[in-house]
Amino acid sequence: MFMRWFHELGSPPYFYRFAGRLIPWLGGLCLVLLVTGLYLGLIVAPSDYQQGESYRIIYIHVPSAWMSLFIYVVMAACGAIALIWRMKLAEVVAISSAPVGASFTFLALVTGSLWGKPMWGTWWVWDARLTSELLLLFLYLGVIALYSAIEDKRQAARAASILAIVGVVNIPLIHYSVEWWNTLHQGPTVTKFDAPSIDVRMLVPLLIMALAFKLFYIVNMLMRARCELLSRERNSRWVAELAEADHG
Amino acid sequence: MTPRRKKRLYLVLIILAGIGTATGLALTAFDENLMFFYSPTEVRAGKAPTDHPFRLGGLVTEGSVERQADGLTVRFELTDTQEAVTVQYTGILPDLFREGQGIVSKGRLGADGVFVADEVLAKHDENYMPPEVADALKTAHEQGVQGTQAKTAVQ
Repeated sequence: MFMRWFHELGSPPYFYRFAGRLIPWLGGLCLVLLVTGLYLGLIVAPSDYQQGESYRIIYIHVPSAWMSLFIYVVMAACGAIALIWRMKLAEVVAISSAPVGASFTFLALVTGSLWGKPMWGTWWVWDARLTSELLLLFLYLGVIALYSAIEDKRQAARAASILAIVGVVNIPLIHYSVEWWNTLHQGPTVTKFDAPSIDVRMLVPLLIMALAFKLFYIVNMLMRARCELLSRERNSRWVAELAEADHG
Repeated sequence: MTPRRKKRLYLVLIILAGIGTATGLALTAFDENLMFFYSPTEVRAGKAPTDHPFRLGGLVTEGSVERQADGLTVRFELTDTQEAVTVQYTGILPDLFREGQGIVSKGRLGADGVFVADEVLAKHDENYMPPEVADALKTAHEQGVQGTQAKTAVQ
């Protein structure tokens, strides 16, 4: 039953319709969470004992950084599925994830830099955490560039998938960089085995924002995947029927 | 799984294992260069370079910060609770600079053992809490310390 549904989901017309129905619901939920998270984080949560109000940038910075890693893993996993099973939909999901992941990486780097100037006293340092996160941005950009450089989209997806899989070694490096080496960037607050070292009134908005960002990624990726499917399958019957139904 | 898919799966796994091993070896080889800073213990043990600038990280020792007459030069001690190194710095300190705070400074080690810094960065820790909680923790800690002292006095 589940496997049948999974196979159905792999067919482009079915996925196109399914994603189309899903987007408004997830988008609405994302908007609600985003507004709630921002309100709780920027207005309700107390200020920090050392950083005062400046710490509130974590409500953008931390979810972005988490998403930059999460999306890369999704992209690489879809890339592996695309390489092994030659599944078209996996190629489309992998390649539709790349721009969203690149944007979140960029956002994490910029917000971190803005916070770093007043708090650390510098915009940028070449410590292990910051450098590996910058490398992640270049990996995303590399995947996007490689995919758009090759004319045949199925071959392009295969090449981009290999790059994505090779780059996946960077993910544990980013996460553990603050533990393996001395870095200027602080250690993990929430994603560790101990209890989070953050007050619960500050933690709740952070988790809400993380969920909102995750939904934003899913919605944005589904939209991109639908466009990518239409453009790839523009000569197929289901797209022609869709266009006709639209005009008729 | 068809044999062709199996072959491709193994190929992907081999790529991952190969890249992982290569990265692991490279990182072990460059371990020292990846350290953003040296600790006072490493400096005292002579592990830090003497011929070029390096970074020194540690906590600012409580009560060690002295401002010089020119108002810009500061001398303080950095410690990792084992060893301590005196640091001299002229310039503007970051917001988070205070006694007990983690600091990373860049400069050279002088012949007299004083570290002359040309950059001081504050290292933030991973704790986030509202001021009243921090105050409560501090009071509780002080009371705890007083309690132990009182107990010792009684004994």
